[in-house]
Amino acid sequence: MIGGGDSRRPKLELFRDGSDTPGTIAVVAGKRISRADVEHVAALARLALADDEIERLTGELGAILDHAARVAALPTDGVPPTAHPFPLRNVLRPDELSSTLERDEVLAEAPAAEEGRFRVPPILGDEP
Amino acid sequence: MSGGTALELAASVRRGDRSAGAVVDEALEAIAARDGEVGAFLTVPGDEARQAAGRVDELIAQGDDPGPLAGVPVALKDNLCTRGIPTSCASRILHGWRPPYSATVVERLAAAGAIPVGKTNLDEFAMGSSTENSAFGPTRNPRDTTRVPGGSSGGSAAAVAAGFVSVGLGSDTGGSIRQPASLCGVVGVKPTYGAVSRFGLVAFASSLDQIGPLTTTVADAALVLDVIAGPDPADSTSLPDAPEPLVPVLDAGVADLRVGVVDELVAAEGVQPDVRDAVEAAAVALEAAGASVDRVSVPSVEHALSAYYLIAPAEASSNLARFDGVRYGLRVDGTDAAEMNARTRDAGFGTEVKRRIMLGTYALSAGYYDAYYGQAQRVRTLVIREFADAYRDHDVLLGPTSPTTAFPIGDRIDDPLAMYLSDVCTVPSNLSGHAAMSVPFGADAEGLPIGVQVLAPARGEPVMFRAAAIVEDAAP
Amino acid sequence: MSPDLEPVIGLEVHVELATVTKLFCGCPNEFGAEPNTNVCPVCLGLPGALPVLNERAVEFALRVGAALRCDVPEQSIFARKNYFYPDMPKDFQISQYEEPICVDGVLEVDGTRIGIERAHLEEDTGKTTHVGGGGRIHEAGHALVDYNRAGVPLLEIVSRPDLRSPAQSRGYVEELRGVLSAVGASDVKMEEGSLRVDANVSLRAVGSEELGTKVEIKNMNSLRSLTRALEFEIERQRDLLATGERVVQETRHWNEEDERTHGMRSKEEAFDYRYFPEPDLVPLAPDEALRARARDAVPELPAARRARLAAAWEITDADARLLVDVAGLAEYVEAASLALETGTPRDLVNWATGDLLGYLNESALAPGALPLAPDGLAELVDLVADGTLSRNLARDVLDEALREGKRPEQIVEERELAQVSDESELADVLDQVVAEHPDEVARYRDGDDKTKKKLRGFFMGRAMQATRGQGNPQLLNRLLDERL
Repeated sequence: MIGGGDSRRPKLELFRDGSDTPGTIAVVAGKRISRADVEHVAALARLALADDEIERLTGELGAILDHAARVAALPTDGVPPTAHPFPLRNVLRPDELSSTLERDEVLAEAPAAEEGRFRVPPILGDEP
Repeated sequence: MSGGTALELAASVRRGDRSAGAVVDEALEAIAARDGEVGAFLTVPGDEARQAAGRVDELIAQGDDPGPLAGVPVALKDNLCTRGIPTSCASRILHGWRPPYSATVVERLAAAGAIPVGKTNLDEFAMGSSTENSAFGPTRNPRDTTRVPGGSSGGSAAAVAAGFVSVGLGSDTGGSIRQPASLCGVVGVKPTYGAVSRFGLVAFASSLDQIGPLTTTVADAALVLDVIAGPDPADSTSLPDAPEPLVPVLDAGVADLRVGVVDELVAAEGVQPDVRDAVEAAAVALEAAGASVDRVSVPSVEHALSAYYLIAPAEASSNLARFDGVRYGLRVDGTDAAEMNARTRDAGFGTEVKRRIMLGTYALSAGYYDAYYGQAQRVRTLVIREFADAYRDHDVLLGPTSPTTAFPIGDRIDDPLAMYLSDVCTVPSNLSGHAAMSVPFGADAEGLPIGVQVLAPARGEPVMFRAAAIVEDAAP
Repeated sequence: MSPDLEPVIGLEVHVELATVTKLFCGCPNEFGAEPNTNVCPVCLGLPGALPVLNERAVEFALRVGAALRCDVPEQSIFARKNYFYPDMPKDFQISQYEEPICVDGVLEVDGTRIGIERAHLEEDTGKTTHVGGGGRIHEAGHALVDYNRAGVPLLEIVSRPDLRSPAQSRGYVEELRGVLSAVGASDVKMEEGSLRVDANVSLRAVGSEELGTKVEIKNMNSLRSLTRALEFEIERQRDLLATGERVVQETRHWNEEDERTHGMRSKEEAFDYRYFPEPDLVPLAPDEALRARARDAVPELPAARRARLAAAWEITDADARLLVDVAGLAEYVEAASLALETGTPRDLVNWATGDLLGYLNESALAPGALPLAPDGLAELVDLVADGTLSRNLARDVLDEALREGKRPEQIVEERELAQVSDESELADVLDQVVAEHPDEVARYRDGDDKTKKKLRGFFMGRAMQATRGQGNPQLLNRLLDERL
């Protein structure tokens, strides 16, 4: 399965060294993760990391990924991926109403609420 | 141990020899007196527990059936939703959150008459192998409080090992029930994937997570599993057919069973010699009880750990996205919503959780998916195929649960890779979805508990428990 | 000299399916409820909650697939589309990515085959209201979120870039809307958001096979906005290219107030959705029984119905379109046609698309709710056909029938409106008129065409007076001819 970006969306400049192709699996796996990569991933994950956290993570993730590179090097041609251990299919439910939550109970746990709705700071970006 | 095994407690309460109220009071007192040293519990809802016990006693007084676990105090890992009772996942980001609903397993336990007496500590969001990653302090191994209880279900394992309760529930994604069970000297079971509903378990890695019991005896684990297992329409991944009850088959013995000791597990990286010896001794015991025992090789076991550390964080990175300060939990303000999200998550998540979110996000990101997540799912297929081969000629497999016994608190916390190695023997069963359990089998030279792992194919709980009963009997 | 450019348009239509409950939970799928009252742990994305797929949503998707002549692969899977936004309870949307439920269909629009690339199921998001600031999205003071809509089932239908004009694009949406309504999959109300359209627009040289840089246009809330936005965007791109600039690939918002598309001032967000198969759901592999049930539930579609009625009743395409587009009207007329005796279906259609339609619009009633039953309209048409009523009087009668709920024959009797078509009676009247106006008769016989015409009107007027307006005009004309 081709993952990541929707082909209809703007192409990303993922690698700060300017390339935008992953190359072969072995090359990708051997690529050291850079600080810029870590910053980009932190933005994707909505984590406001401090400088020292970014430094540390760059080193740690690099080490973990090197370890994981063993996986990348395995011969898996023709082997299909497993998303679920067992071949369950067609789990469906009838189109019938079930009980909803009481709004008070829901909003009681909200960090901020107003007029029966969840309140958040202004949203600057538009919905993707 | 407060009052005995779950079997004994339930029998005594059902007979009327003891009231559920008295049993629960005893448990609550023990926790109040001694949990300060262990730190197994994050929340002890005493009032709710006493009320629940009262309801059980009422049922008995009315001559109604109070259920197979009547009056049995249970500890619930704090990543299981309990309505109205704080469920924090040992994270600052959910500190104080009271869910408006309860997990299916919690409701099934309640229907069986069991009484939750506390929410137990864990590695934050179940990510870890020592319970040192909790935002609220580590849990200590009751056998040696300078050492870890294992993780991530360290709190539940410690609660059972310390005798506060006879039953704990944990969750196992890469070994998080079995490994702490092994380190604390109790029984821990990871059921077949889908055997127990995940509805209400705060998800870590959805295709790997399972809820299971931690108990002092194999028989108690069977009793609990019979209560909590079974199809759930609220969980699309739960197996649709009802499982075979385990309690009736426990004593069936192993005369017709074929046991395989897995080479790659016994010889895995960092396995202590006395741990290996324990596995060999368990094999001998099984043979003496009539099983045929030989060695079997499952080569891709060696790659299972690396595949796991791509799949689990990837799914986790997505599962934990919902913690954004909008609807519940911690909020740290920002000038705009995105800044609020980012600051909240940075303040609310601990180091290991951030590490895994970052790793997982990277593994799924554009250009990397195929090399990391995609490839890991293909390796997963290889692991499954090789296990299928092994199970053609064997009914159950044997290996260590944890390569080592309990290590000192602080020993591995700064070395993630060293910590991850704790899972090398347990991870394969999560990838394959098969059943596996840890049975206490003696101790090492320092008196630290050793666990032997019995593995079975999907839906193989009956033969697994039969073998486990023999291993348990033979334990030194 | 730059070559001639043609627009290349693809449309993404999101349809809210008319299920009772949401896609993955049993909360009501209901428009307009009090905020956050139709929510549960699943659609709120609470920790620990899990999705379970609604079988009726699947059936609706398969019906649409059948109607659009799509292939339905053996299995489809759900995938997570990961991004952060406050109206997303889980900060990922459960959708379908590489293996959607339907692929490779076609919809004919005014004789042109427009390709359907795919149709897939996904869950809707909650609704955000921006408060304070300038009231505009980028100047809001804060925002409020309602999750009632979160989890509502959507079918996303993606066309191939086969559309070539704003008008054709509008036609596509209208035709698609008719299909969706006919199969019962949605109430397709753009004004309530149950039908939403985004467009991808680019220009290229006529005759070229390559696609130009495309721009995504969002926030078109009506068919009119769709047409206006596409017209504006095509012009904008044309102008850019004419001055030698390049079109930037981006997403632009249509602004109804200033009638322009605007580039979005969002941060340089990385749109990396990190799609992966949804681990909390299992693959969907519709069996033959389900596929057959969906196919069987597809009725005669609008295009086929229009063609059939146009041929059977010899009416124009425009009339056929009116009949089929107004919900229930074709059914009403078809029922009426069964009760006709002397009148023709064409007569019926004229009445239906004329005065009856006028009344429907004015009263906002559905044809099925009219006080006049279909056979009542047939009755009226027959009364005109057999000469009992003149057309003018019939219009009056229809009006009264609709407002008072009376049958036409009853009204004719009560008001003694029956057209006089008795030849001998009319002959007597004319004899009298002729006898009373010998000068005019003489002037008629000697006069030119113009005079004849004028005097004819005079005689007819006298005859009508004598018959209190109920003389059958055709008969009178003939009898008058015989006497003049």
